[in-house]
Amino acid sequence: MTDSATRPTHDVPDRSPAPHAHARRESAARNGSFAAEVERIGGLVEDGRRITPEDGLVLHEHADLGTLGRLADLVRFRKHPHRVVTYVVDRNLNPTNVCITDCGFCAFYRRPKHEQSYVLPRETIHAKMDELRALGGRQVLMQGGHHPYLKSDWWCDLLADLRERYPEINLHALSAPEIDHLSRIEKRPVEDVIADLLGAGLGSVPGAGAEMLVERVRKIIAPKKTSTDRWLEVHRRVHEAGLRSSATMMFAHVETAAERVEHLQRLRTLQDETGGFTAFACWTMQPDGVPEQQLYPERATPSTYLRVQALSRIYLDNFANVQTSYVTQGLKMAQITLRFGCNDFGGTMMEENVVSAAGCFNLSPIEAIERQIARADFAPRRRNSWYGIVDDRHDERVDGPRGPMSRADGASHGAVRPEARRVLSSGTPAVGGRA
Amino acid sequence: MSTTATVATPFTGMLRRAERAGLDDIAQKVLAGTRLSVEDGLRLYEADLHVVGELANHVRERLHGDLAYFNVNQHVNYTNICNKLCRFCAFQRLPNQPGAYAMTPEEAAAKITAQLGEPVTEVHMVAGIHPKLEYSYYLDLLRAVKRARPSIHVKAFTMVELDQIAKKAKKPLEIVLPELIEAGLGSVPGGGAEVFADRVHKESYHLKISGDEWLAIARKVHQSGLRSNCTMLHGHIETKAERIDHLDRLRRLQDETHGFQTYIPLSFHPEHTEMADVPGPTALDELREIAVGRLMLDNIAHIKAYWILMDVPVAQTALSFGADDVDGTVVEEKIYHEAGATTPQHVKRAELIRWIRDAGRIPVERDTLYNVVWADETGDAATSI
Repeated sequence: MTDSATRPTHDVPDRSPAPHAHARRESAARNGSFAAEVERIGGLVEDGRRITPEDGLVLHEHADLGTLGRLADLVRFRKHPHRVVTYVVDRNLNPTNVCITDCGFCAFYRRPKHEQSYVLPRETIHAKMDELRALGGRQVLMQGGHHPYLKSDWWCDLLADLRERYPEINLHALSAPEIDHLSRIEKRPVEDVIADLLGAGLGSVPGAGAEMLVERVRKIIAPKKTSTDRWLEVHRRVHEAGLRSSATMMFAHVETAAERVEHLQRLRTLQDETGGFTAFACWTMQPDGVPEQQLYPERATPSTYLRVQALSRIYLDNFANVQTSYVTQGLKMAQITLRFGCNDFGGTMMEENVVSAAGCFNLSPIEAIERQIARADFAPRRRNSWYGIVDDRHDERVDGPRGPMSRADGASHGAVRPEARRVLSSGTPAVGGRA
Repeated sequence: MSTTATVATPFTGMLRRAERAGLDDIAQKVLAGTRLSVEDGLRLYEADLHVVGELANHVRERLHGDLAYFNVNQHVNYTNICNKLCRFCAFQRLPNQPGAYAMTPEEAAAKITAQLGEPVTEVHMVAGIHPKLEYSYYLDLLRAVKRARPSIHVKAFTMVELDQIAKKAKKPLEIVLPELIEAGLGSVPGGGAEVFADRVHKESYHLKISGDEWLAIARKVHQSGLRSNCTMLHGHIETKAERIDHLDRLRRLQDETHGFQTYIPLSFHPEHTEMADVPGPTALDELREIAVGRLMLDNIAHIKAYWILMDVPVAQTALSFGADDVDGTVVEEKIYHEAGATTPQHVKRAELIRWIRDAGRIPVERDTLYNVVWADETGDAATSI
């Protein structure tokens, strides 16, 4: 202990970090040629103004992760000033894995007559629904392959049956490509298909199958799947029918950064038009064991996900909610995203068959989800499909006002026909409209 | 005029945000490079995470630009037998307990030989305090490892082990250290510091050397000409004030010796420990701890986001919250994996490079003493995403 007093301090030379001849010592984000641009765009976001696709690309390419996170957090708290993170008790239910679309990034589907192909018998579906009911479930996310012989009447029969047996569970079912598939195999307008499904009990439409809403990319990864314009058109028709839907993006495969922004731009434009999207969720492509694995790069690292997830919160200024993807990214990343733009944990799922078929499986029990949210200093609250809080713990002081409690409320909150939109957009709808 | 405006822009935004978060005085100090007080440090735990992160990132970029360091290393935990019974540890075994082991010097050397095909530059060698190991064992261990791979840098023996080694040698550390160096010791890791506060020492690791003793040994290590790292085990029973006190004590010793290369906040992993009821830090806590460390330890060059502990998402994000190092390839980590860490036990060099690039930084492979082994010549971090 006394040695220090007797020994001079210069015994050990002060080795501050060695200068490195090869690499720059200044930060590109702070001092590079785009630093002022990033700062300018950040100012727009801080002022609550909309950024252009060019701005979005600059942020994607040149903003550092900290700046993206800070801006996304700002937008998130502007839309949700209460420290609440929502999730829905739901389950996945994939009635069939039979599909004729042959997407090379999908490890879930089987061709018709394949020995592992299946169509779930009604009793199995009921058993799965009973499990969900026992957990207090509010939603079933029901989607499957594009089965060549399962038509609207099959689906309507299923929906009506479930609607009657499980009136408290919303049927969040049939992605846009599935609805488009029904319209195609039945050779009738998609509006008619939607009307029939709605009549049978469809409650809202999931955002799946968007993949990348850019034709160049779709031609490579999903040439037989519903086109970009058609995907958007189906959602437009869904919104016009008075249903809400969500939107997604699967990225980190063959797309460019500009194409990611293009995707977000298309969603933002449609949302301006209809106000019908409840939420956005994105995830990175899960490449393990998919049919065309050789086409795809290695699994993206967590930072890539975080960067795009934050950018999407900044860019989609007319989306009320952004979901984290704990299933593909794990709970640690999910917790980080709560300060990088996400206000929702998505669903509890109970089972997952699609991305988990591609080497990704991070399902977590409800308690773990609650714990992660609470420990990140947010109040975990259960919601329904329309982002209304359905939780005994609801407290207006902590959680803010309730959102829509039903399909009908949801419709009045934003899923409106274009001609009615102008009237509503001058006010501030609690969900879906531009804040 | 316009030049001044361009240069000032990034700082103006940062200052404005800090002011809004009530940290304008701290931000001014950070910009001026003035030391933060203990009281300032405590406020960093209360303020908004993004504001604290931005200030820490500012310091990180002032010191290192976009560079982020890693190394190619391997771990050898030569024994898990330990008589210190620390309540936060899941690695320790009593001598007769199932699973207890102690490697002979030859067995440890075989671990080194097994990696000869990999470009390993460092072995990180730490273990339990095995009461029966003699002084000669430690010397033999160093010699055997160096014989197996003469070029390898041996970073071995925490201050706690050094205390034990000196006791076994029945000689003062001032004599023992040169002998260890002679046998092959290259530098000293930062573990075993835990949290220095006496209260924490009494309640969670009272059989082990105290905070004052740890610092006294570190001082002797630095005076012997060796560099070391330093750590803090956070997220168990310690208070925020005790954390800041810990950092302040590290900072004061560093003023005196300049011997610490890197500070590594270690996240408490509760599984299979006596403190399994304590939840351990969250990812957001870990980011804040990195940032607080960067801001308080103004005289320590490097802050490490130890990926194997934090997991990749946190380590990558930490590179924007004050960290400039992610540790290495780490063949065979045992201590944290006994406490529930689920990260892979080793990664390839190429994978580390990819993590760093994706996080928007420029990877630099370093040796233990931060000499550059390899630097990314393509170099443009922000567009390599």
